[in-house]
Amino acid sequence: MSDDTIQILAKHISEKILKKPNRVIAPDAAIISSGLIDSFHLVDLAVFIEEKFNVRIDDSELTADTFDTLTQLAELIKERSH
Amino acid sequence: MTHVTETPERTALTMLFPRVEDDPVSYRRLALGAMGYARAYERSGIQPGEVVVLVLQHSLDLVYGFYGAILYGAIPSIMPFLTEKLLPERYQEEMRSLIAITGPAAMVTSPEFEGLVRGAVSAGDSVRAVILSNEAAPEMELVPALLGGLKRSPADIVLLQHSSGTTGLQKGVALSHQAVLNQLESYKRAIHLTEDDVLVSWLPLYHDMGLIAGFIMPILNRVPLVIMSPFDWVRAPYRLMQAVTKYRGTLTWLPNFAYNFCATKIRERDLEGVDLSSWRAVINCSEPMRWESHQLFAEKFSRYGLRPEALATCYAMAENVFAVTQGGIDGPVTVDEIDQKAFITRREAIPAAAPVETIKMLSAGRPVAQTKVQIVDEKTRHPLPERQIGEIALLSDCMLTGYYRRDDLTQKAFHKGWYLTGDLGYMVNGEVYVAGRKKDLIIVGGKNIYPQDLEMLANQVSGVHPGRAVAFGVFNADMGTEDVVIVAEADSEDPEERQKIADAIRLHVNRGSDVVLRDVQVVGPKWLIKTSSGKIARGANRDRYLKEFADA
Repeated sequence: MSDDTIQILAKHISEKILKKPNRVIAPDAAIISSGLIDSFHLVDLAVFIEEKFNVRIDDSELTADTFDTLTQLAELIKERSH
Repeated sequence: MTHVTETPERTALTMLFPRVEDDPVSYRRLALGAMGYARAYERSGIQPGEVVVLVLQHSLDLVYGFYGAILYGAIPSIMPFLTEKLLPERYQEEMRSLIAITGPAAMVTSPEFEGLVRGAVSAGDSVRAVILSNEAAPEMELVPALLGGLKRSPADIVLLQHSSGTTGLQKGVALSHQAVLNQLESYKRAIHLTEDDVLVSWLPLYHDMGLIAGFIMPILNRVPLVIMSPFDWVRAPYRLMQAVTKYRGTLTWLPNFAYNFCATKIRERDLEGVDLSSWRAVINCSEPMRWESHQLFAEKFSRYGLRPEALATCYAMAENVFAVTQGGIDGPVTVDEIDQKAFITRREAIPAAAPVETIKMLSAGRPVAQTKVQIVDEKTRHPLPERQIGEIALLSDCMLTGYYRRDDLTQKAFHKGWYLTGDLGYMVNGEVYVAGRKKDLIIVGGKNIYPQDLEMLANQVSGVHPGRAVAFGVFNADMGTEDVVIVAEADSEDPEERQKIADAIRLHVNRGSDVVLRDVQVVGPKWLIKTSSGKIARGANRDRYLKEFADA
């Protein structure tokens, strides 16, 4: 389940946010603190996660402190889907 | 000051913070808070006419510290605050260069930032005091002895405006009392500002749009101000709509990207109960304005009471204090549909219609009172006829006194008394259309970014040929603003190694400038195009990039 989540998130980020479908994002690579995703797109990611997984991420949580890698993000989604 | 004595209990501003109850600040409380800072400036031996730099988060302390400086007669300059991503050491370096050029007598910050600020101050520089926000408790009453600001003469400098980044911080726009008052007078008339208005803003206070339109103008004119932090807004853009609803907001200024951002990133459920019918003007300003962005915004929010005629435009710059022109207040914004090919190849704006390819240009409106605009030839500086694209020049009663302590830059900026904006545009029927930029400046979400700052950072990355990196902006229609791209030369042919260098550039630029790069391309030696004088040609390299990589 977690691997699928990571795949879905990676696909969304590379295709829709970065517009580079061939770009590979490793599960443990930093995506916020590395400068890959900016604050304009964090909201985008939160909206996507809510639509896809029915998990709400509050706007106060949209920082590298809450999640910075796909593994951490998938973990957060898993915790909240119960 | 008359507002404090005549209407002491009237609300001057309400600062919104997430999950905190709204706390309106009256004119009396604002004055006493500002007096607290004036007292702190006096205690630290600051003299009227000296510069104080405010390194404070979006907070009441920033508001009090700023007005305290003005009342006291010191010259405030707000330094853009450190963001989550920017390296503190890098921020400190920027602060050092700001201090070296601006020569402030004091730095004002909060206790958490004391170490950072003290680290930027060194023996022998101009800074005599680091004032902490917890040392500036509000006074109990007005203290006439601390009101040195009232004795300043109209030609004296009242404030400095800096944009962020190394280059921006070395170029402080110095504005006189008279210039600011003249601008406010003209701009009030242009937008028919009255005490019945309510201004809602999320803009940063270091930027002219946030500082003048979104902060000084309403407070000096008894127009209630509702203000939130840009950091909170970007994570929760719906808060702007909720604030307009709650406070019956009538006026808001936004950079173009915010129209796209609000239209596409706000969930319907966050708009429950939202009513935007009180908005009489939503004014697009500070980056190229797009007809398509207005359409998107109107489509999304007309359901929530937004009147399409509320969408307005403005052309502004710190060098004119704020507004140069204003459109869309006395009637809808004029749309000029022009031939795209003539626009690109002949630099002419010729009216056209389908089947030819056209661009719908949004008029920025007419010059505000006491401001004249001319379109001049970039080289000869002779005025150009209507519909010909040239450099926008302006002459007004509210221009900058100069770039603070930068006579070299000041001299270059003027020609026979006219300020040369570096922006390109054309005029029709007395209305101004902004059509691009002469300089290589990149504007992302209203924020000015100097490519040379980013290139310097890219050049520091190992593997990049020193001096062989170029930064430029590429318009992103979905976002309604520019994307920033870097192309750098490296010896390595190995795609994996190149990807590593690209990632390192991305990280280093982000931590060094807070700019997120949309794309980084690492290319082989001799890829970059140079000018005859050996400089890297940003425009030509941008064109080459678009041909080779745009769809990659």
